[in-house]
Parts: sequence; C-alpha cells; structure tokens
Amino acid sequence: MDTKEKIINSVKEKFGEAVVEISDFRNDLSITIAKDRLIDVAKFLKENPELQFVMCKDVTAIDWATRKNRFTTVYHIYSFKLNFTLRLKVNIEENPPAVESVVSIWPSAEWYERETFDMYGIEFLNHPDLRRMYMPESFEYHPLRKDFPLLGISGSMPLPEKME
Amino acid sequence: MQKISNVYSDEKLYKKLLEDKNITIEDALENEMVINMGPQHPATHGVLRLVLRLDGETIVKAIPELGYLHRGYEKMAENMSFVEFIPHTDRLDYTSTMCNNVAYVLAVEKLAGIEAPKRAQFIRMIMAELSRIAGHLIAIGTFAMDVGAITMVMWTFRERERIQEIFDRVAGARFTTSYTRIGGVASDVDDEALKMIKNFLDTFEPALKEMDDLMLHNRIFIERLEGIGILTKEDAIALGVTGPNLRACGVEYDVRRANPYLFYNEMDFQIPTYTEGDCLARYFLRGDEVRESVKILYQCLDKLPQGEVMANDPKKVLPHKTEIYSKMEELIHDFMIINKGINPPVGDSYFSVENPKGELGFYIVSNGEGQPWKMKIRSPSFCNLQTLPLVCKGQMISDVIAIIGSLDPVVGEADK
Repeated sequence: MDTKEKIINSVKEKFGEAVVEISDFRNDLSITIAKDRLIDVAKFLKENPELQFVMCKDVTAIDWATRKNRFTTVYHIYSFKLNFTLRLKVNIEENPPAVESVVSIWPSAEWYERETFDMYGIEFLNHPDLRRMYMPESFEYHPLRKDFPLLGISGSMPLPEKME
Repeated sequence: MQKISNVYSDEKLYKKLLEDKNITIEDALENEMVINMGPQHPATHGVLRLVLRLDGETIVKAIPELGYLHRGYEKMAENMSFVEFIPHTDRLDYTSTMCNNVAYVLAVEKLAGIEAPKRAQFIRMIMAELSRIAGHLIAIGTFAMDVGAITMVMWTFRERERIQEIFDRVAGARFTTSYTRIGGVASDVDDEALKMIKNFLDTFEPALKEMDDLMLHNRIFIERLEGIGILTKEDAIALGVTGPNLRACGVEYDVRRANPYLFYNEMDFQIPTYTEGDCLARYFLRGDEVRESVKILYQCLDKLPQGEVMANDPKKVLPHKTEIYSKMEELIHDFMIINKGINPPVGDSYFSVENPKGELGFYIVSNGEGQPWKMKIRSPSFCNLQTLPLVCKGQMISDVIAIIGSLDPVVGEADK
C-alpha cells in the first residue's frame, strides 16, 4: 500500500467525522481537520507506531481575507519512518482567532506558533510563552494580515524616547 | 579610609564604596545575575540578542530575542511577482546565496509545473554545492575564531574568496548572485568558469588537509569544545533541528537523500554523521560535509550535459534579452510575465532543500494570480536557534560563544 493511502486510511478510520478535506496537489498530501479535534489527531499521528510523525517542521497561517473562516493554520509534520512530509490544516474563524496549541505534542512548535501569533494575531491556547517573536511588544498590529498595508501604519512603531 | 574620601569627594559615591567593601565572593555567587548579550556582539553572528540569567558563571536560563533584522520578506513577497523575489532570496542566508536561489526557484517551479533543462539543473547543482562549501567555510572559520583560533578564519576566507571569484565569473556578482531564474539559470557557464571550478577543486583538497592539520591536533581547541553544548537525538528531533546540527546528534537525515531534488539521486556521496552531539562533533561534521560536496562537484563536472539552460515554456519562462529586442512574440511574452506574472494554478505546495544550515523550505499558496497569496519561508537558522535555551542551560558563560558558533545561525535568515 502506498504511503499516502496508508496515512489517509488510518486517519479516516480513527477520525472519520473530523476530516474536513483531503487534497493532493503537486504530490503534497494535505489533510484539513476540524478545529476541536486538532490535538487528538496530532497526538495520533505522532504516537501511532505505523506513522510516527515525530518532527514538526513548520507552523504558519494563511489569511484568506474574505472567506467565512478567515484564517487557516498550517502544520508541516515529518515522519522519519515513512520519509514523508504531511500538511495538516485547520480552518479557524475571525472572531476570536484562536486554536489549541500543539506545543505539548511537538515542542518545536513553540517558536513557530509565537511567530504565527506575531504575524497573524492568532491566539494559541495553552501555549507556554505566547509573546511576539519579531515585532516589539508595544506594536499593536499583525503585519502579515491582508488588511495591514505594505508600507506600514505611520506612528505604529514609536521611536525610542530621547534620553535626558 | 580618610584618603579615599579625599579622592572621591562625592559623598554618595563614597557611601557606595563603603557598602561594596563588605561584599565577599560568596555573596556574589548566591545572587543570580541577568546579563544582556548582544544584539551588537561579535560572537553572535549578526544581531542576535541573548538574555542570560547567571548563577556565578553558570547559566541558569538563556532567552534568545530575535527580530533585530526583521525585514518582512514574507509580506514583501505577497506584493511582488514570483520573478521579482529572486534577488531577495540572496539576503536570507547571505553566506550561501546560491543555495537560496536554487531553493526558491525549485519551489516556484514545483508550484507552477515547470521543469528546467538538464544542463540548467546540473549547473544549479554545481553552484549549490560550491555555495555550500563557501557557507561551511565561513561557519568553520568564524567558529574557530570565536573560540580563539584566529588563523583558521584567514585560511577559510582565502579559499572562500576563490569560490566568490567563480561566482563573479558565472553570475556577474560575488556576493548577491541572483543567478537562477524560474525555468533555468540566467546564463550558461563557459569553459573558463568550468576550468576555474576544476582548478579550485584540485587545489582545495590540500588546503583542506592543511586546515585539518591545524585544528585536529590542537589540544586547546579540542579540550575547549569536547562535551560542550550537548544536544541529544531526541531533543534535536523534538525541537525541529535540521542540517549539520541534527546529523551531529546521530540522525542520518539529509533532504538530498530523503527527498532527492535536481539530480542528487544520481550522485554518489555519503551523509556523514556523528553521535556525540557536542560542539566538536558539529565542527568536524561541517568539515566532512565539505569533502562530500567536493565529491559531488567532481561528479557533476564529469556528467555536465550540453544543451539549453532555460526551459522552452514561453508563457512562464522569461525569454532571452536579445530575442526580446528582435522578435515580437518574445516581446509580448516578456511584457506579460513581467507585468502579469507567471500565474501558477490555484493551490499550495511546500518544497524544501538541504542548505548548509539545514532544511530551507518554501511554502507557497497561489490563488492563480501573478503574485503569491502567501509565502512562508521555513528557515533552518530560526529552527536551530530554538535549541539555544536548552543547550546553554548549565553551561559556563564563556561556552555560550562556542555554542552559538557551533550551531551556526545566520540572523539574516532567522529574522527573515
């Protein structure tokens, strides 16, 4: 059985109702799952001895701007056993933009989620240290959102005050 | 005491001095101290800032702070066409620019469904490996310099300079190469350039041996680094470390072997691994990788086929300049590609390559227009830096410099 079928079958078998969409574009397998089952699916993918997706390579988000579920968080996970990179997606609504954090399963997600929070303002629940990654703490906006202008917002980055 | 009070006429200062007089060494050790290291620090390889909590000389906690070189490339990428972004990839990991160029165009080609001609792919492979050698030479040299072996950096930069000359000949620029194009490479390599590469490889082996002789039997260097900054296999995988840092822990994972791109599946090379996972292992591993790159380069030069260097796909691949000025069809295509973009189909794809620092990945979402809807750069330095708090914990403060040097982050890439 081919690797992709194996992954799809085992996920579908366990979480039939939670799988929203499965797509295979340019040989990349991507599984969209329901928001409330993310932790269960992630745990299953990591701990199942047949799959062993032990490494989280990347976490990011997409801002769709006009869709009903405005944001999609994207997780790229890798299995050394299968030599396969799988993409997990979770659609989340605009208000409030929040999703459960996967740090408890993949510790590497800590910084990736911080970066995503910084750039998109998505709150990761139960994240141990959800601070901004790149922008200063006093910055109010989330730059990678589509409604943030390319040239920035004047006055949003206050200069350091002059020392007396 | 009377004398001091004469010297320090300021009463406040005098009082302070009297207070300090009673502090003993034991008191100082009991207090934890917070030290700010960087962003302007020569050993942090750019503008990396560390906040360290110390107990005496031992590190209790280390927190890296990023963002001092954040230029917002992901935002910029959303507002420019796929072709326009190529020069910006140079500025990610600026020690190995060609690798980034190759990674980016391969990611776009995967999304848009273009395949470059065989000769172009071989040229890309040659350039990527040369760039990998250059990147590792900087890593080795600056790392040795950070721990006190200044000779090393002179020798590695001497060799790197010759690679830069090859790039100058091939791409027209030494540093910011921007050499690859979507569907091929900007220009063909001529015989002179191939001769330069051959000449470089032939004389590089003895130079590498010379460097090994300098460092391998250097007791100060080895005792300074052995057993410092140990990263275990399990931690490395859990924290998403890739590249030489992962292989130094004993995980044989190399994207060139795991998911071969270009023609790496036809090449004969080893993936060096160490099991110690300390600073010394990471240092030796880079030296071994350079040797494997030399092996790949010889094979590439032998197998380099003749033919075109740009794919024949007028709707997606830029035509050559001389044709634009003389042919109507090419002029129209050039106008459309520059102004409207190459319009890949709706969808998303992730493509990653093995860079000197680790796995560089591009995740591109296209909505069918000329500009990417979203582009995420999965930069290896960013992920490797995440291990810093863990690795530094319990080490001495002077070892932090060695650890940063051995992890080899480039802040241009970590901050995007």
